[in-house]
Amino acid sequence: MGTAVEKILSRASGREVSAGEMIEAEIDVYMVHDPMGALVEDALRELGGRVKHPERVVAVQDHFVPAKDIESANLSKRLRDFCRIEGITLHYEVGAGICHIILTEEGHVAPGDVVVGTDSHTPTAGALGAFAVGIGATEMAVALMMGRLWFKVPETMLIRVNGSLPELVFAKDLILKLISIIGVDGANYKALEFDGDAVRSMAMDERFVLTNMSVEAGAKTAMIPPDSVTLSYLEGRISRAPRPEYSDPGSHHEVLDFDASSLEPLVALPYSPANVKPASEVGDEIDQAFIGSCTGGRMSDLIAAARVLRGRRVKEGVRLLVIPGSRRIYVEAMRNGILETLVESGAVVGPPTCGPCLGAHLGVLAEDEVAISTSNRNFRGRMGHPSSRVYLASAATVAASALRGKVTDPREVLA
Amino acid sequence: MIVRGRVIRYGDNVDTDVIIPARYLKHGSDASILRAHAMEDLDPMFREKVRERRIIAAGRNFGCGSSREQAVLALKHSGVELVIAESFARIFFRNAINLGLPLLELPSAWVIEDGDYVEAMLDEGVVLLPERGISLRGRGMPEFMLEIIKAGGLIPYLKRSV
Ligand code: SF4
Repeated sequence: MGTAVEKILSRASGREVSAGEMIEAEIDVYMVHDPMGALVEDALRELGGRVKHPERVVAVQDHFVPAKDIESANLSKRLRDFCRIEGITLHYEVGAGICHIILTEEGHVAPGDVVVGTDSHTPTAGALGAFAVGIGATEMAVALMMGRLWFKVPETMLIRVNGSLPELVFAKDLILKLISIIGVDGANYKALEFDGDAVRSMAMDERFVLTNMSVEAGAKTAMIPPDSVTLSYLEGRISRAPRPEYSDPGSHHEVLDFDASSLEPLVALPYSPANVKPASEVGDEIDQAFIGSCTGGRMSDLIAAARVLRGRRVKEGVRLLVIPGSRRIYVEAMRNGILETLVESGAVVGPPTCGPCLGAHLGVLAEDEVAISTSNRNFRGRMGHPSSRVYLASAATVAASALRGKVTDPREVLA
Repeated sequence: MIVRGRVIRYGDNVDTDVIIPARYLKHGSDASILRAHAMEDLDPMFREKVRERRIIAAGRNFGCGSSREQAVLALKHSGVELVIAESFARIFFRNAINLGLPLLELPSAWVIEDGDYVEAMLDEGVVLLPERGISLRGRGMPEFMLEIIKAGGLIPYLKRSV
């Protein structure tokens, strides 16, 4: 008897393992991005090693692209050169998209895989039933060289979300609620597993939001058992056979049941993703609204925003910034008229990049400014000046707030 | 391994965005930049304080947020010799070990106050506050992690064991 995580790590380490054990697991997928590539390369050179399986490495230019200054350009160049020297061909150039979207959208992750990435939100890929974790650059160098990495097998906490999400309530509202319940370190060192009717009826776009933001509760990894939704998403994307694993009943270390039926649109106030209140009770004025990032720049987010914004105008004095999370999403939103709707409502549309999510470039906040954002972190200084403030919310709530110039429940706009 | 010195005290959930803001990551691992901006969004006086006090004590979930190793490097390059916290976020914990920054997880770290003089015995997981007659005991660090820290990080450790 075991959890899905224990079963995946048993396969990857070649022996039966259970929670609490220290193991060494073979890595199926490695992800490296522009801010960390140079550090990874420096560490690898110091070790005198080479990349053991270049064909398993996915490199993505996403954080500081298109280069905003010379330092960023140099970082991108380092990653580019590293890929050439090490024979890494899966190198996604500027404009392809954000790493966590690319990894799944381009079919690099299959159920049952062990995935490591130099980014804390790597567990996003767990929505496909993979064991995916974020690691630092030095560890990445060691893993790339050895083909393996040590892990402590985590205990799994099952979060069963029953019922169904009400109208205009999204995965973002659900995960903010869950983070507020379990706390920003409530899942530290643990794996989270999401199941229940509300999760099973979610499309993949929404499921990725749950695993992505599990990190904001401290989770080591997060996963959703693969089902028919997962398999149809994977069809035509992956070339490898999926190796799905499922937790045996009773194998979870803890179980949390939550009924989603009475959820409402929520926001996380500064400076913590756990500082959650109903959008309808906040009403604070905003300067900027951002729809984008690895947890808020997918097609479903743009559709939800367009639904709220269609035929309406962003309030005078508010900047609405929209960044599709990948080129595929960008093209699709262009073809189906979503971008036109957004731009006509007053949005400015940027190229696929992390940009504003981490206060890197495009839409950096000034002193004391306030933003509402579909991204995943609202720590002090996250999107700009240390005195600026970020509210986290779903794309519908961000769009509604852009229309009114203050934090707004989208149900008020579409009522 | 024993670390001695005075403490700079912080609270819960000190995140990697305040340890080193993302706006400086474009400089890679440039030590002078990391040193100049470490902790500036949380505590503008950090640079002054760390000249005299080389130990940080904090509450729960220290180092939560991004996987940036620059957060560990920023503290190391600033001269921090040890971080004691009630708990650490997992990626920060691994990064610190890998880069040879000593950590001590101590559930009763809340007892430690700003300016306290501390003697920390990493092998045993014991922290003494001799000026206040207090001794605190945590779990200590697993043997192989201590080995990595004593070697100065994962790379020197691996190079030595090859
Ligand atoms: S969009 Fe934001 S959270 Fe996602 S990978 Fe980029 S910087 Fe990180």
